[in-house]
Formats: sequence, structure tokens, C-alpha cells
Amino acid sequence: MSAVLTVDNLRTHFFTKAGVVKAVDDVSFSIERGKILGLVGESGSGKSMTGYSIMGLIDAPGRIVEGRIVLNGQDITSLPMDQWRKLRGNRVAMIFQDPMMTLNPVLRIDTQMIEAVLAHHDISKAAARDRCRAALVQVGIPSPDERLASYPHQFSGGMRQRVAIAIALLNKPDVIIADEPTTALDVTIQGQILFEMQKLCRESGTALIWITHDLSVVAGLADEVAVMYAGKIVENGHVSAVLDKPLHPYTKGLLESVPSRNVKGTPLKQIPGMTPSLLSIGNGCAFRERCGYRSGECEVAPPISHPYPDRGVRCVHPQA
Amino acid sequence: MTAPLLELKNISKQFAQRLDMAGRIAQKLGANVRDEVVHAVDRVDLAIQPGEVVGLVGESGCGKSTLGRVVCGIHPQTSGERWWQGVNVDALSAADKRAMQLQVQMIFQDPYASLNPRYRVENIIGEAPVVHGLVDRRQQQEYVASMMQKVGLDPSLARRFPHQFSGGQRARIGIARALAVKPKFLVCDEAVAALDVSIQAQVLNLFIQLREELKLTYLFISHDLGVVRHLSDRVVIMYLGRVVETAPAEELFSQPNHPYTQALLAEVPSLDVRKKDFVAIKGEIPSPLHPPSGCHFHPRCPHAMERCKIEAPVLKTIAVNRQSACHLNE
Repeated sequence: MSAVLTVDNLRTHFFTKAGVVKAVDDVSFSIERGKILGLVGESGSGKSMTGYSIMGLIDAPGRIVEGRIVLNGQDITSLPMDQWRKLRGNRVAMIFQDPMMTLNPVLRIDTQMIEAVLAHHDISKAAARDRCRAALVQVGIPSPDERLASYPHQFSGGMRQRVAIAIALLNKPDVIIADEPTTALDVTIQGQILFEMQKLCRESGTALIWITHDLSVVAGLADEVAVMYAGKIVENGHVSAVLDKPLHPYTKGLLESVPSRNVKGTPLKQIPGMTPSLLSIGNGCAFRERCGYRSGECEVAPPISHPYPDRGVRCVHPQA
Repeated sequence: MTAPLLELKNISKQFAQRLDMAGRIAQKLGANVRDEVVHAVDRVDLAIQPGEVVGLVGESGCGKSTLGRVVCGIHPQTSGERWWQGVNVDALSAADKRAMQLQVQMIFQDPYASLNPRYRVENIIGEAPVVHGLVDRRQQQEYVASMMQKVGLDPSLARRFPHQFSGGQRARIGIARALAVKPKFLVCDEAVAALDVSIQAQVLNLFIQLREELKLTYLFISHDLGVVRHLSDRVVIMYLGRVVETAPAEELFSQPNHPYTQALLAEVPSLDVRKKDFVAIKGEIPSPLHPPSGCHFHPRCPHAMERCKIEAPVLKTIAVNRQSACHLNE
């Protein structure tokens, strides 16, 4: 099956006074219809910036300096602004971490949702309203007619996130990018949202990019996983392959530091040090300062290698 | 058996929103308006032995943070008693109470908001021990340095401000501040929730190490069951202000008794469960302003009976060291 979205050698850099911040640095992946890709990384690893780049939401001083983003066979990397507007929210949609920030607090839900439909389709307001109602039902919101006439503050956190998801679904996009959509939610509510998202990908064939720092969520949800560190994908592959046999020392360290992987009460295995500033990595592997397998070869940035089919790792000493 | 280090007896905490002037006039005229009362913590009993680590788990709004604050004395309880080493705290003189309060310190959730941005680290850590006369002002610098070393910070950074530190380092500053007054008991309110996974492991290790070094007792409040399981000897589960189950950590995770605990454990994503079919617990967490009648969990419970709607189940001992509040146990 062909990929619905392909990202090729994407580089998004920010040109600040302090220097060039390589927020996304040579990122490549592709995703097929109905599949879920987990994009995992810690804060500052560039996972959200990858999402923003695909959405065409990079503002000055940042810009995509290199690479291609191909959606349904069309290169969208350097589209003019008016063409971008036709795609955004229509063919690709994004769900953000904090639904209180993405919903307009002074507009009713129906106003916001109908606007999103009418921006892309030439249909009557009543037809658009029906579509909004259907989207709310799809994400499991009870009494949708009443809810359409409510304001965002009248919803709980979980319900608000469902509304944000419903808005993303309105135009049946090919790709949805979800940026930590359940991080602020309780586990039982997170379970409900994951349930809806999973159902949706299966039923509508929408491809989903799930950006998160939580490896356990990815384990339960995704087909493929890509681990990011300091702007680069350091490891990618099928979820089971990566989580069971991590090749990159960073992935390995991350997995070992999860409490459930450690004997109760004993000290957790930990990755020493902290995430480096993107300004001061210099050449070489960004992880070398924290890595137990460091050697002279690490002073040169390692290229991505493919020790197994469908598996990539950016390390000169892949572990097995 | 020695007396528990800390014991809560029938503790309740209510927050009331008083009616404003218009409301009071309307009430006088016979309108159906009342003070809005939130029962944040509803008749909780809890005894913590010296050296024990108790994990307190629940979803947002269940009252776990409020309970932590009552334990520290930040919020006075509405009713009930706090006992410290066999003595009723509220019967103590003001001076004795202050001395006791110093033994219980809190570590806050947000390492950004809980440090005064205009204080240098040496003041953040060093102010309290000097004020309370634990350390002479002339030895403050030395003392701060030793505290910083204890939590894994470089003492040469003592003159810096909080914004010059990373999230993990800030968490360590918060821990050093709490430890500076030599407490016996630490309340950690979501102390690692805001940290990245790799940093979280470092801070959790620090907690384990300090516990052994300083013989500390913890009340570890968290919504992260993985963290709680790793750290705690005993786990207390709260739902809408009430304790629904308490058990030794391993037993609770292997054989949860209360339907809420079971549902909660089923929802926790695990690294070892791949491509699972998520099944959602139905319904939302009800508002604590208008909690459901009877058992608070009944609108979401798969086993709910008529009785659950009317009568609130009491916390009953179901096995050694295990208690659960559910009608199904009868």
C-alpha cells in the first residue's frame, strides 16, 4: 500500500540571535492509510515542531530549510499561503495538547465547528450543522444538539478534548496529527479518548501521528514508532520490535527507566545528565554526552542505518 | 506496636462558597439558593507507620492534594483529628504545634511555580532553617551547600535564581528546601509529574536514596500508578473525597478489590501490552459539588445495584491489612 504522507529529510531551523536552532534536523518517515505512528521524545526533542512543520505552521524566525513533505503524492513543502489554507483542517488536521487554548472561549461550539466546515465546502449552513452533529456523535459526546449550543467553559477537560478531536474529523482528513492530546487528562478519560481514536483510524482509514512522551501509550496504540532526540529520529520501526529490542542506547535507557520495568523498591536505571541545549550540540551524536557506549566515532554525527528491514537506527554502536 | 507516626481520624475538609449579598437577599425572600459546599475530603481515616511509604492515588478532583495539604497543616481540617506520634496535634500549644508542623514538609507539583523567582537558591533553601533556629545565620552558606550536595546539585550554583535551572534541577531544589528543616515526614504532591521520563527516574532514585539515608516517611501523592507501585509499601485509592480501597502495593496491583480500582488498573497503559483494544470506563468523573448519592462510583460502576444508589458503603477490612468500600464484599 502506498503511503498517504511521506516526510523526507525534513529540516526546520530557527534563526535566533543566539545561533541556529536545529529543531528538526533530517527527519524522514512515511505513514499509510489507517495506520498509527507514535512519535516519541522528551521535551525539546523536536517532536511538536515536526508536527507543526507538516501543518505549515512554522513562523519566523523558523523555516523549513530542506526536505520534502508529500501528501497524497503532492509536494506541499513550499505551497503558497492560500493553497495551504485549503489543505489545513481539510486534508491534514491537528489536535493540540490543551483544548482550552485551541477552542475560542467566546464562541459557541456550533459557531466554531460550522466555520471549519464552510471554510472548505460549499454547502448550506444546515447541512454543515448536521455534519458537526455527526462528528460529535462519532467521538462519543452525549446529547450533541445541546452540546452544540454550549460554550467551551461548559465542558470538562475530557469533553473539550473530544470536541477538538471532532473538529479535526469534520472534513475527514487523510492525516491527523495529535500533539500530546491526552497528557493533561486522567487515566480513565485518556482510556476513553484512545478508544475513540483507535476506532476512528480503523473505520475511516485516517492516518494518525501520535506525538507523546509516554512510551506506554504508544505501546498500546501505535503500529509504528519513531523515537526523537535533539531534533533527529534516532530509532524507528514496528512498535514491538523497537520496544522489545531497542537498538539505540537512548531508547534502551528510556525503556529501562520506566518504573514497571524495574524491580520494585530498587533504584531505577537512569540516563545520566540532561537533554542538551540544541544550540550547543556541535557536530557528532547529540546523545554522546549521556551515553555509556561513547567512543571516538561518536564525534561524527552517525548516519541512519538499517540493521533489519523496516528498522532504522542512528548509532554507530547499535545494541541488540 | 508503636504508635503510628501520623494518624488521621475521620478527617473532613469542606470548601464553601458563601453567598454574595444578592444571593443572601434572594434567600431571605425565599429563593432556593444555598452556600455551595465542596466535600473535598470526606471522613478519611489513615494511619502511617514510621518509615512507611504510602501512595495516594486518584484522579483529578478526588481530593488527594487537599488531603496532602491537610496533613501538612496548610489547610486546617473542617472536622476530625490529626495525631502525630500518639499526640493530638490540635490539642497542642501553638509553639508545640509549630515544632510538630516542621517535621512534616511538602514537596509541590510544579517545580516552576513553587519556587520564588526573585530568591536565590541559597535563600530558598537556607531561609527556613535559619528562621526556625536550626542553623546559625553564619553557617547558612555551609548548610545550604551540604543540602545541595545531598540532593545532587552543585553547591557552586547557590547564588543562582530558579529560572537558571532545568525542570529536574528545580525539582531537586524543592526537595532540598523541604529537607532543610530536618523533617521526618514528606508529603510529595505529584512531585515528578512535570518531569521528562529520563529525569523522572533520576528524581525517583533520589527519593529512594533519601528515604534510606534519612529514615524518612513519605505520603506519595500521584496519579501515575507505575510510579506509585515502584515506590510505595501501601497504596490508598481515593474517589471523590473518599478512600475506596487501601492495600499493600503488590496485593492491590495483583488483586484489586474495588470496581474503581479494577477499572483504573485496566486503563493504565503498559509497555508490555501491544495494540490493545481500549475499552472505556463509561461516564465522567462527577463534579464534587454535586456528588452522586450512595456510593460515589455507582453511575460508572459495571456492578451497580439498587442499594449502591441509596447507601454509601463503609470502608471494611476484607483481609489482613486490606480495606475496601464496596457493597459487593458482603
